[in-house]
Amino acid sequence: MRTPSPNDLLVVEGLDKAFTLHLHGGARLPVVSNVAFTVARGECVVLGGPSGVGKSSILKIVFGNYLAEAGHIWLADGGRFLDIARATPGEIVDARRRVLGYVSQFLRVIPRVPALEIVAAAARDAGLEARAARARAAGLLARLNLPERLWPLPPATFSGGEQQRVNIARGFAGEHQLLILDEPTASLDAANREAVVGLIAERRARGAGFLAIFHDDDVRGRLADRVIDVSMFSSREAA
Amino acid sequence: MRDLAALTESERRALMRTDWGFVHQDSARGLRMNVSAGGNIGERLMALGDRHYGRIRRCAEQWLERVEIAPDRLDDRPSTYSGGMRQRLQIARNLVTSPRLVFMDEPTGGLDVSVQARLLDLIRGLIADMGLAVVLVTHDLSVARLLSNRILVMKQGEVVESGLTDRVLDDPQAPYTQLLVSSVLAA
Repeated sequence: MRTPSPNDLLVVEGLDKAFTLHLHGGARLPVVSNVAFTVARGECVVLGGPSGVGKSSILKIVFGNYLAEAGHIWLADGGRFLDIARATPGEIVDARRRVLGYVSQFLRVIPRVPALEIVAAAARDAGLEARAARARAAGLLARLNLPERLWPLPPATFSGGEQQRVNIARGFAGEHQLLILDEPTASLDAANREAVVGLIAERRARGAGFLAIFHDDDVRGRLADRVIDVSMFSSREAA
Repeated sequence: MRDLAALTESERRALMRTDWGFVHQDSARGLRMNVSAGGNIGERLMALGDRHYGRIRRCAEQWLERVEIAPDRLDDRPSTYSGGMRQRLQIARNLVTSPRLVFMDEPTGGLDVSVQARLLDLIRGLIADMGLAVVLVTHDLSVARLLSNRILVMKQGEVVESGLTDRVLDDPQAPYTQLLVSSVLAA
């Protein structure tokens, strides 16, 4: 086993994942095998490769959302490393509050909660007191050009792009050291893509690392330090 | 650490009134329907020895507001309340003594969907504000996802799978959990 260096935020090694479908005669659906890569402080690592190759699955495994069948996912937390592949639920909940963030492709929230509250709640989870959390939420929504008249409204009726900006604001509301992004700019126009690129650059300057999927070539070209072709880990025939 | 099974009746009763709470699915089992809302909230305070009427009443008023019930309903009986209000009153009645552990048995079961979301949000806020530990029973997987950190999937009295809630729901391992998750209609 490789010893993580102090500059590592994430060290993934020997990661295997397959789904066993018990309702379909125990069929095995292999996803990825022997995945290994690192993300350093301030680095933006992009997962590339064709659709169905397992990019999103890797993000979900790193976040603890999918179960790793083998391997290690060492996440830096202060001076120590937590192995997400073996961590208890309590350790993962705690890591997600402070260190490990995730911006999904779609917003998932409690119905009828206003947009500003959704973002402020994420800031409170990260340890800000109520007033500071609301101020940070407002700042993020403003930067992402969400019209202020929408802030007190729940996002259910917002457009796809507006919902995604609430989602991004929520993902950036904390001070997570490692942020996982699954196509965060997919439904955004050019101006809002710029805003997201700016947010990412600022966080990187403060030492945060990113593990991301970007389909937009322009965004990818500007942000990626490295692109890892996931095909080399894929257990499936490329689509 | 104390063994619950070894507690005396009176110790157990004291625990139920102080450190523990229990929110029933059927609010009629968790409330005194013929006692005013204020009396329902004040009961636990009085059981702990508080005898100051004004203070108990003020505390009950504050708790009604906290669970989003108009304070002018303080003297009304829960039998005049809607289903959602009764559940919120039950929560206030339980939380007034700042318990550390609350059991909730299908707290949103049987409620109109329009009322459920508000109750879920309220419960989530109270858990965060008060640092409550909650053990919740539900058949509704979306309620489990929104409220819980950890989940134990049970079948015929046995735990068939447990773990981080979103992991269990998004990547279920046990055959029964896979059946459960794949049987839910997406709204």
